[in-house]
Amino acid sequence: MSEPLLQAVDLQCERDERILFRDLSFSILPGTVTRVEGPNGSGKTTLLRMLAGLNDAWSGNLLWCGKSRSAQREEFLRNTLYLGHRPGIKPLLTPIENLRALTAGRRPLPDSVLRQALEGTGLAGFQDVPCRKLSAGQQRRVALARLLIADEPLWLLDEVFTAIDASGVSAIEKLLQQRAAEGGAVVVTTHHDLRLPGMQRIVLGGGSTDEC
Amino acid sequence: MNADCRPALTLRQDTVGALAAMQAVFARDMKVAFRQRQDLLNPLLFFVMVVTLFPLGVSPEVSFLREAGAGILWVAALLSVLLSLDHLFRHDFDDGTLEQLVLQPQPLFLLVLAKTAAHWVLTGLPLVVLTPVLGVMVHLDGNSIGVLCLTLLIGTPVLSLIGSIGAALTLGLRSAGVLLSLLIIPLYIPVLIFGTGTVASAAEGAPVGAYLALMGAFLVLALTLAPFASAAALRISLSNG
Repeated sequence: MSEPLLQAVDLQCERDERILFRDLSFSILPGTVTRVEGPNGSGKTTLLRMLAGLNDAWSGNLLWCGKSRSAQREEFLRNTLYLGHRPGIKPLLTPIENLRALTAGRRPLPDSVLRQALEGTGLAGFQDVPCRKLSAGQQRRVALARLLIADEPLWLLDEVFTAIDASGVSAIEKLLQQRAAEGGAVVVTTHHDLRLPGMQRIVLGGGSTDEC
Repeated sequence: MNADCRPALTLRQDTVGALAAMQAVFARDMKVAFRQRQDLLNPLLFFVMVVTLFPLGVSPEVSFLREAGAGILWVAALLSVLLSLDHLFRHDFDDGTLEQLVLQPQPLFLLVLAKTAAHWVLTGLPLVVLTPVLGVMVHLDGNSIGVLCLTLLIGTPVLSLIGSIGAALTLGLRSAGVLLSLLIIPLYIPVLIFGTGTVASAAEGAPVGAYLALMGAFLVLALTLAPFASAAALRISLSNG
């Protein structure tokens, strides 16, 4: 097995004087899908934000490619895609403008590629409609279009299935599986009953990890 | 970078230049602002109204207005910048684009600087453009108006830059408005004093070079330090969010 992309050692996180998890250790290997599970309020989103580098209020160690992550922040950010449950979509901009703004600081792509990605998420014909006129599910699909063009090896997806219809859900499942087969690593939090072969699970609230 | 980390997908070693990323941030903010023009007019209207109400509320005497005019304009400009500060990061915070901004593989202070620059172009610069008209209204002479415009041109970017620190710090709070004013007003006072002082000394016919040099020093100081402080404050605010 190749070296883990991201390695967590003895993570502990406290929130409002309550310990969400402690002694949490796991590895995110290339080519795997990891699902973070747990009841509401067990710290799934917090864990994902910690992994993404948004939340700094934790103790323990996070290693990126075997070395401390904090020492190589830009290398880490360059290779990680985070989609939070706030989708990062400006309601006043059109999907294509949103996508352009989101990719410009990472890897600018020609508009034809962006349009194709939007079509791929079922937004054909909506590319130039301001996002505030789109439904919640359609807005999430704009954010999800990034998955079709992202080349970051590590994806951190928070509640990625929210507001997505059944056919969309199966398309995302297929995409995640395909991504893992290509050698990418995916970490998802979801209440949706996601079952993929070889999926790693991180169960919060109990504080253990296992394979299913 | 070791090769073990490179199975089928490769780790990327390079990314867009920081300048291109800054341009993208600036362009997006401008585009969003022009899609919501009424928000742009708000600080301008406030500026014009405050300056217009002074002669009505206090005294329309030429001698009074000539003496107090520069001060009135400066205070009105300062308050209208303060009024617009809450928008600087708030919308981005609410819709999640701020998270994506922080996670860009770029130096965050440069991206914050680009956002602050957009804020200045959208609020501070229009105030400077309007100043000659309002200057005439409060009976300032030509020389004073020129100097006033110059001080506002140097001063309003300082207001935006210092304000960005406060806006970033109060981002996660519910009643951010009051705290923002309390945090920022004390830091605005030196800029106000030197801004109005410059115009006062110009009205007396004294040289203003030293005043302008000091204001320029304020600008350089704010330009080099404020983005770092704002970037750090943003990280803290997002960490709690």
